[in-house]
Amino acid sequence: MNSYYSLIPFYAVIVSLVGAILILISSRKPNLREFWTIGAAIIKFVLVLSLIPEFLKGNLAQCDILSIASGISLAFRVDGLGLFFATVASGLWIVTSFYSIGYMRGLSEKKQTRYFASFAVALSATMGVAFAANLVTFVLFYEILTISTYPLVIHKETPEAISAGRKYLAYTLSAGVILIIAIGWIYILTGNVEFHVNGILKTANISSTQLTTLFILLIIGTGVKAAIIPLHSWLPSAMVAPTPVSALLHAVAVVKAGVFGVLRVVVYVLGFDLLQTSGLWKILAGFSATTIIIASLIAFTQDNLKRRLAYSTIAHLSYIVLGVALLNQTAFLGGILHLAAHATLKITLFFVAGAIYVKTHIENISEMDGIGYQMPITMGAFTIGALGLAGIPPLNGFVSKFMLINGTINSGSWMFIIIFLISGLLNAGYFFPIIYRAFFIRSGKFCTIKEASLYMLVPIMVTAGLSLLFGLFPDIFFNLYHIAQITSSEVVNKIVVNINQVLSIGL
Amino acid sequence: MIFEHFPILIPISLLLGAMVSAPVGIWKRKLTYPIALLASSVALFFSAIGLVYVLNTGTHHYYLGNWIPPIGIEYVVDSLSAFVVLIVNGIGFFVMIYSHKSLEREMPGKEVPFHTVALLFLAGLSGMVVTGDLFNLYVFLEISSLSAYALVSVGQKRAPVAAFRYLMLGTIGASFYLLGIGFLYLDTGSLNMLDNAKIIPLLSEKGLVLVSLTLIIVGIGLKMAMFPLHLWLPDAYTYAPSVGSAYLAPIATKVSAYVMIRILFAVFNPEFVSKYYNFTDVIAWLSAVGILWGSIMAIAQNDYKRMLAYSSISQIGYIGLGIGLANPLGFIGAVLHILNHALMKATLFLVNGNIFYRFGTTSIPMFDEKLRKKLPYTTAAFTIAALSMIGIPPTAGFFSKWYLVLASVDKNNWIFVIVIGLSSLLNLIYFFRIIEKLYITKKSDITTNEDVRMNEVPISMLVPTLWFSILVIVLGIFNAYIVDYILKLAIPSGMI
Repeated sequence: MNSYYSLIPFYAVIVSLVGAILILISSRKPNLREFWTIGAAIIKFVLVLSLIPEFLKGNLAQCDILSIASGISLAFRVDGLGLFFATVASGLWIVTSFYSIGYMRGLSEKKQTRYFASFAVALSATMGVAFAANLVTFVLFYEILTISTYPLVIHKETPEAISAGRKYLAYTLSAGVILIIAIGWIYILTGNVEFHVNGILKTANISSTQLTTLFILLIIGTGVKAAIIPLHSWLPSAMVAPTPVSALLHAVAVVKAGVFGVLRVVVYVLGFDLLQTSGLWKILAGFSATTIIIASLIAFTQDNLKRRLAYSTIAHLSYIVLGVALLNQTAFLGGILHLAAHATLKITLFFVAGAIYVKTHIENISEMDGIGYQMPITMGAFTIGALGLAGIPPLNGFVSKFMLINGTINSGSWMFIIIFLISGLLNAGYFFPIIYRAFFIRSGKFCTIKEASLYMLVPIMVTAGLSLLFGLFPDIFFNLYHIAQITSSEVVNKIVVNINQVLSIGL
Repeated sequence: MIFEHFPILIPISLLLGAMVSAPVGIWKRKLTYPIALLASSVALFFSAIGLVYVLNTGTHHYYLGNWIPPIGIEYVVDSLSAFVVLIVNGIGFFVMIYSHKSLEREMPGKEVPFHTVALLFLAGLSGMVVTGDLFNLYVFLEISSLSAYALVSVGQKRAPVAAFRYLMLGTIGASFYLLGIGFLYLDTGSLNMLDNAKIIPLLSEKGLVLVSLTLIIVGIGLKMAMFPLHLWLPDAYTYAPSVGSAYLAPIATKVSAYVMIRILFAVFNPEFVSKYYNFTDVIAWLSAVGILWGSIMAIAQNDYKRMLAYSSISQIGYIGLGIGLANPLGFIGAVLHILNHALMKATLFLVNGNIFYRFGTTSIPMFDEKLRKKLPYTTAAFTIAALSMIGIPPTAGFFSKWYLVLASVDKNNWIFVIVIGLSSLLNLIYFFRIIEKLYITKKSDITTNEDVRMNEVPISMLVPTLWFSILVIVLGIFNAYIVDYILKLAIPSGMI
């Protein structure tokens, strides 16, 4: 891979920061303010997309902005993993922006300026996390992401929201401190914090105790946002946030930044070889496998739809973590793909939850009897999302899960195959009752309710449609599959797996 | 060139300002403020010139009256002292701009003495930084201390008591320092810092020097409010007038920290104080306790200003910790934190002044959304400074902690690493408690039909507040340039 100098990643980060300032300035003109949100979202997406062609040619965009701490620069580098994450997050931001407008206006929420401005800053931070070339740049945006999403969590300003906000800050900032300490340690040990496909620590001369401690610190530092059990409990609480926030941030940007952080740490800091030889991968795999099962079981007990989705999110985030922990190319590819698959599927489910809330103010599943008759498109989209997460073809959740299981077979760890299979059943178990209630139990109480406004309905259809399209043709838009493939092969240095070959074997 | 005389021109312009402003002020009160401002701006100008000069031509030795040291008094401005004196006068100048309106409200009719005393205070601090002579330092120390007592004493009802306590402990500190340099003079026969630095290694009997160093550390530690010698600080900061604490908190203790660095690493040397005799370890451990103690006490406070006072103790702990680590990264962290803490505390204390100006109280339970609606810019400045205190990148506060973490890891001292991390979280508690109050609508507020239109403080108060808060971000982002081009030149020789 060659690299070339380009400021585009920097612009992609900065554009929504500028957007946030414009949003604050035009707080008294809602239409202009929303125009800035949409404008920033589209420009950001276009900027990210413009990086793809060069990447596919094997050229990585990179730039040093300035020296951020003595000996360390604020630098961006667009590698496959970052590009993949950035494309998913910025693409879904456009959809969510429209949805947010419908949601916030539908409920005539207060302090919408603060809401949209924080959202824009959060997206900037997400891009920064995605494109960061070194650990210090990474942690800088990681912390900005934490702070900028705090106002979104407490948006409702109820006592419940405030305590959720406190919990959120306590968890994420403690993790931030731990991460910073770990980074400082790495810097002292190696004098280097640049991400590298073979890891930073490989060449360093460190004892196994040091390595283990460092590994634990790094995983706690990133694992809180990735909601690995037992570090997860902020996420269900944070569901008091408005639904678009839960949708984009607590299904895509923030938690995926956490998972992305785990991937970065495992692959680009520690390196596959080091994890393999030290056996540390077992710890990560063990924790993520436990998380998958426990979170899925807890999801059964939740009657609040968003909380059930939150626990489902926790489980699915650990799919990705487990994918990387198995240190196997196919599983890693499955993990990366699941990052996108879970994003489109879960965002659909959250959008549906929000649409139901806006129309009926109902949050509990037990009260949703017969809602499918009045909101067929919405609940149809919900069905797609639920099927996808259960891993049923031809949705994108199937492709990623297939890769994950395939990789697990390759690595020969049968226990994890069973985990994936059980978890698929559990997914079906906690989602299908909702679909059943919505479509098969009639109740008269929703007869006055209609579908939500187009601002909300179109995004729902778009994300559900994307899930289907990516399931049928993984490479259809922006060469996302290809990018994931290149990334996974680069890390493991093996032959590129051909999608058609794999699918044909599988089917 | 007149610029070559900048070491003396900095304190002289301030002293001259003080001497002129008092009599002129008695004649025409309105003239005091412009004169004080002029003097302060001249000092700021020469401080800036000084930094440029030193960075271009290296350390500047200036002999007062051309008397060659050690007979005459020598002023030494290297990149460290040029940096610190610029902080002193930079903060001083903007607080001076700020003070006008605030004083009009808090103590009408006392502008003349207040501005005069403030100029003396700045002169004393500037002098302490630029001088290369231990006794001359004592003189300036007393100038700044006596004026600091005055700045405190004119405050609220309980201020005289707090000022008296400050005076007692401050005088004890100064006496310890004086005794210390007395012992040193007995042994080495010199009061010049560089001269002493050359003589001390040659001494065969170190007993007297050790006594002197201990006395000096205790004395300066008192002035610096290093834990457990901080007892004067909370009351002094709390009961001083808003502007008084805005002068004191950002720079007074920092200059003492600078003196500590000078004495430990320039008069004595890093090897002597950290390897042969373990002075720095004591300082580091005491500071680490101070960091936690200050933060915990800050959480317990109900008054905003008092909370800031305890938070200062904790922040001084960071500087002390950096000094005590006695390695280059620790040194960078400590000196960078002198700058960062000066900016953060200046912002926070000016915010305190703004709130007091509009509401007449700074009790935390009374903070609510109305405060933010009336003072939106002040609140924004507060939020930035608070985030920096917690250590959220890219604000300045993050980076000094970063260097301190690196330094502690480098020393293999994990307890210090934990202390720094823990203190960030404690900061989080006491600042977000306020941020929550300011940004979250309470149910009871919606019903009252009170007027909550924006009603910011006068522009001359608002601009300095915002200026400092912007600097917190800007200097945070560009900290590497400060570190690479200024602080790295100042790392004491012999420090590994």
